[in-house]
Amino acid sequence: MNAVTIPDFHQTIPIDKVGVEERMARLNKRSIKKESKLQGLKLALSMIDLTTLEGKDSEGKIIQLCNKARTPYTPMPDLPTVAAVCVYPNLVDAAKKALRGTTIKVASVAAAFPSGMARLKDKLEDTRYAIDQGADEIDMVISRGEFLKGNYSYIFDEIAAIKEACGEVHLKVILETGELETYENVRKASDIAMYAGADFIKTSTGKIQPAATQPVTMIMLEAIRDFYRNTGQMVGMKPAGGIRKAKEALQYLVLVKETLGAAWLTPQWFRIGASSLTNDLLMQIVKQETGVYQSINYFSND
Amino acid sequence: MSDRIEVLKTYKTYVGGKFPRSESDRTYKITDPKGKQIANACRCTRKDVRDAVVAARSAFNEWSNRSAYNRGQILYRIAEMLEDRKDQFVKELEKSGTKSKEAMKQVEASIDRIIYFAGWTDKLSQVFGTVNPVASPHFNFSSPDATGVAGIIAPDEAPLLSAVSLIAPVLSGGNTCILLASEKNPLPLVSFGEVIHASDVPGGVVNILTGHHSEMVDHLSAHMDVNAVFNTTAEKETRKLIDENASISVKRVTHYPETDWFNEKHENPYLILEFMETKTTWHPVGN
Amino acid sequence: MSEQTQEKSTDESANGSPKPTSPNADLKLDFASFWEYSEAPESSDHVEITERYDHFINGDFVKPAKGRYMKSVNPATEEVFTEFAEGTSEDVDSAVRAARRAYEKKWSRLSGKERGKYLFRLARMIQERSRELAITESMDGGKPIRESRDVDVPLAAAHFFYYAGWADKLNYAFPGRTPEPVGVCGQIIPWNFPLLMLAWKIAPALATGNTVVLKPAETTPVTALKFAEICLDAGLPDGVVNIITGAGLTGAEIVNHPDVDKIAFTGSTEVGKIIQRSLAGSEKKYTLELGGKGPNIVFEDAPIDQAVEGIVNAIFFNQGHVCCAGSRLLVQEGVAGRLITKLKERMETLIVGNPLDKNTDIGAINSKSQYDRINNYLEIGVNEGAEIYQSSNTIPEKGFFCRPTLFTGVSQSNRIVQEEIFGPVLTIQTFRTPDEAVEKANNTPYGLASGIWTDKGSKIFKIGRQVRSGVIWSNTFNKFDPTSPFGGYKESGIGSEGGLHGLHPYVKLK
Repeated sequence: MNAVTIPDFHQTIPIDKVGVEERMARLNKRSIKKESKLQGLKLALSMIDLTTLEGKDSEGKIIQLCNKARTPYTPMPDLPTVAAVCVYPNLVDAAKKALRGTTIKVASVAAAFPSGMARLKDKLEDTRYAIDQGADEIDMVISRGEFLKGNYSYIFDEIAAIKEACGEVHLKVILETGELETYENVRKASDIAMYAGADFIKTSTGKIQPAATQPVTMIMLEAIRDFYRNTGQMVGMKPAGGIRKAKEALQYLVLVKETLGAAWLTPQWFRIGASSLTNDLLMQIVKQETGVYQSINYFSND
Repeated sequence: MSDRIEVLKTYKTYVGGKFPRSESDRTYKITDPKGKQIANACRCTRKDVRDAVVAARSAFNEWSNRSAYNRGQILYRIAEMLEDRKDQFVKELEKSGTKSKEAMKQVEASIDRIIYFAGWTDKLSQVFGTVNPVASPHFNFSSPDATGVAGIIAPDEAPLLSAVSLIAPVLSGGNTCILLASEKNPLPLVSFGEVIHASDVPGGVVNILTGHHSEMVDHLSAHMDVNAVFNTTAEKETRKLIDENASISVKRVTHYPETDWFNEKHENPYLILEFMETKTTWHPVGN
Repeated sequence: MSEQTQEKSTDESANGSPKPTSPNADLKLDFASFWEYSEAPESSDHVEITERYDHFINGDFVKPAKGRYMKSVNPATEEVFTEFAEGTSEDVDSAVRAARRAYEKKWSRLSGKERGKYLFRLARMIQERSRELAITESMDGGKPIRESRDVDVPLAAAHFFYYAGWADKLNYAFPGRTPEPVGVCGQIIPWNFPLLMLAWKIAPALATGNTVVLKPAETTPVTALKFAEICLDAGLPDGVVNIITGAGLTGAEIVNHPDVDKIAFTGSTEVGKIIQRSLAGSEKKYTLELGGKGPNIVFEDAPIDQAVEGIVNAIFFNQGHVCCAGSRLLVQEGVAGRLITKLKERMETLIVGNPLDKNTDIGAINSKSQYDRINNYLEIGVNEGAEIYQSSNTIPEKGFFCRPTLFTGVSQSNRIVQEEIFGPVLTIQTFRTPDEAVEKANNTPYGLASGIWTDKGSKIFKIGRQVRSGVIWSNTFNKFDPTSPFGGYKESGIGSEGGLHGLHPYVKLK
């Protein structure tokens, strides 16, 4: 690969908040109907990182989640599966076993998730442990305190070190945009993560409000677009947290389609971190296929 | 000891901060009401109009960008200078037949009128500007902004006071102008140019031409680089000509066929607004 | 989209998800090959369009005195949409007489408070019939339903709501003076925002106690006649609002009618000058909202992605049929390449087509004659040596449609830079310094609206002061609000509409 010039992260890229939100509002006026709706719903389903990240998670819970991942809705066996399940490192092994024989990936949060408040040494160990357990993808958090202090080289080096530890394993870098607050910060953190080696950038841990928002996702997609143009490399995007409704999922897809185009409309480059979204997508899919409005009682809630 | 020979004044024009003669090199006779010649005045024609418009245009940016406070001070300075030379203007008016008492009244009213408009420079946008509560997340405000170059056609009545009453509102808002002085008695206006010249008014902001209006109004009102016409002629044909000429470049025309120039109604900010555009600025509010 | 592309792009991937084609090697983003939006047309079933519309005079729908009718064509289908009366001097005269009667007998005697209540009613009734009005507007004029639904109709209602509140507060609008109505107002409006321009004209006129005779444009008369129905439903006294339809000759009858006290015109500078000339020597007041060739200045420190969106809003909003469109892009050299690339990418995502489809971004060009005019300018641009770029999206075969278009390699002297095209056509010039930008921006007979894009506040105020236009949109473009005055400098017009300032043309100050 040819040499890529790393930008000076102390230079802020100007972003106009009102303009961003207007653009988002306009995108949300796209009316997705008929075939395009069904196609979009199935596409969204295939992009889900089915997630459970709770202190009370256990092997039993993971096995149930993985079953849902394999067979989202028994009456329609031809539906796509979700893209991955996302769990804590100590449950990676259980997930791997439960998903044996499928192409569903296992993603593990790592690096002192969700706060990131630990020494680099511990974060690296956490990462290696998850990989040893069989994780296909690592979702790390950045150190937001250091970021807000302006210690950008710290962030950059930390991501680079963890990426090195990951090797071929896909690294998703969680910016925790709810704590960064401004769009300029989101843009800056996106750039740092990508130049430091992230394969994906991700909005949120799900533990902080607001989690994923559409305008923030747009800022990150635009950062990916500029990175692609500057370096020729594609980077993936994962909004996570708070996306519960099929309609929102379609809006995210419209956003991806009109910002980055068709190439990113695949689970390889776009994921949605969610749990309850799966069933809402399924209900809408069944509604589209049958014309009958659905009840959650008919969809397994794992 | 022989009697001293008086030095007579040659009346010229005032264009671009200088006192040139008419391009035509012609003059016409100015007489008192009894028909006795007082002096010669320049008989300006279209070329003088052309030069005056060029001067007014090139002065416009600087004048309109002066701070309102500065413009106010300069207008006030004109009043100070006029007060200082009151006797000269009274004499000049007397020469052309105005009675002494009337002449003094006219000069004093002129001074007061300038002061009135001097005070408006830094209040106009406060009284007539607005902050507009738009429904979207934008900060939006409107303020008056000078129209540009104005052509002023002054009447014969109270030649100093009427011309001052027309110039002051135009200048106050930040416009520059070309004044066609009273055709019958332009002499005090030529002298008024000297007052302006001595008052820190940048050259070209006020341009004063004398001559037959019939030889200038057509060219002035048709000129593509004039933005507005302030007309006092009541005569129908001239009015119509001005209107028609104005339509060539969408000029703003204010017809003001007044006769009683001592009336206080001439002291009003709405006259300034006749020569102001409204500029509205939008900006998003977000962080 | 063809079957073939669909097929190619939906090959199954390992987990069963559809897989798109691979990204282009030359870094071109591909917006078209996968997941095309299905048609999403707004249903027009519930909208009643009669075969023929008459004038609205003195509270009645009245046949034209000469019995002649004209046709309004739906520009998206090229089919006749409806017929409407052609106004002659007789029709105009009876409308003016009705307006005069209503002014003297009724409207000028009503208190401001009561006048205001009528205006509030009109605002509410526009809201109630908003869907019908939006669909009608899109069918009659070709504008996308997204805009007629979200911009034209809501703003029209908002204008009536805003001016309704002024009716009994006019003494606060003119410090030191007492405002009085002018009398009978003749109002002539264009085809680009038919109902909205009607609202801009009628709302302030009625609020200040005047009565009106309004003529909508000959390609878009229908929403004005639906508004006439609303006036009836609102119980507005007969003759307060009169609508006469027809073309330029009908407009001239209104302008020249001796008993009209004020003319308000929105339209081209060419016609504006004719009107100003024909009013020469009369005592009629007038306001003119005319053409423009708005500069949109982008500095290298601008928020670029939002600027791109702003440029799109500036020139492609309403097919570029906007007098205040940002039709001249002035971009600082350091950022020009990047910005133009992004702009071209963005243009690929604009959907040109059926105005009634909710996903349409650019609808139909309003009329055949305007369509020809735009195409003529495209030819002129190419002949002048400019480089033309058009988006690659498909456009319907029938109807008057124009792809979004850019011209680069242009100079100030080109006709496409000097003249108002009134279509989705943008010229791009570069500049090096702020002074150069201001000089180019002001080097035009127009002065309606300008855009300034920079993150630096102090620069916005400096440049905003130097640029000579009635509206300065900084870091935004084509925003409208009833509280915000709108009007042009130089040949872009005389007088303001909207906001407190918009009351002034409709009053005499005592």
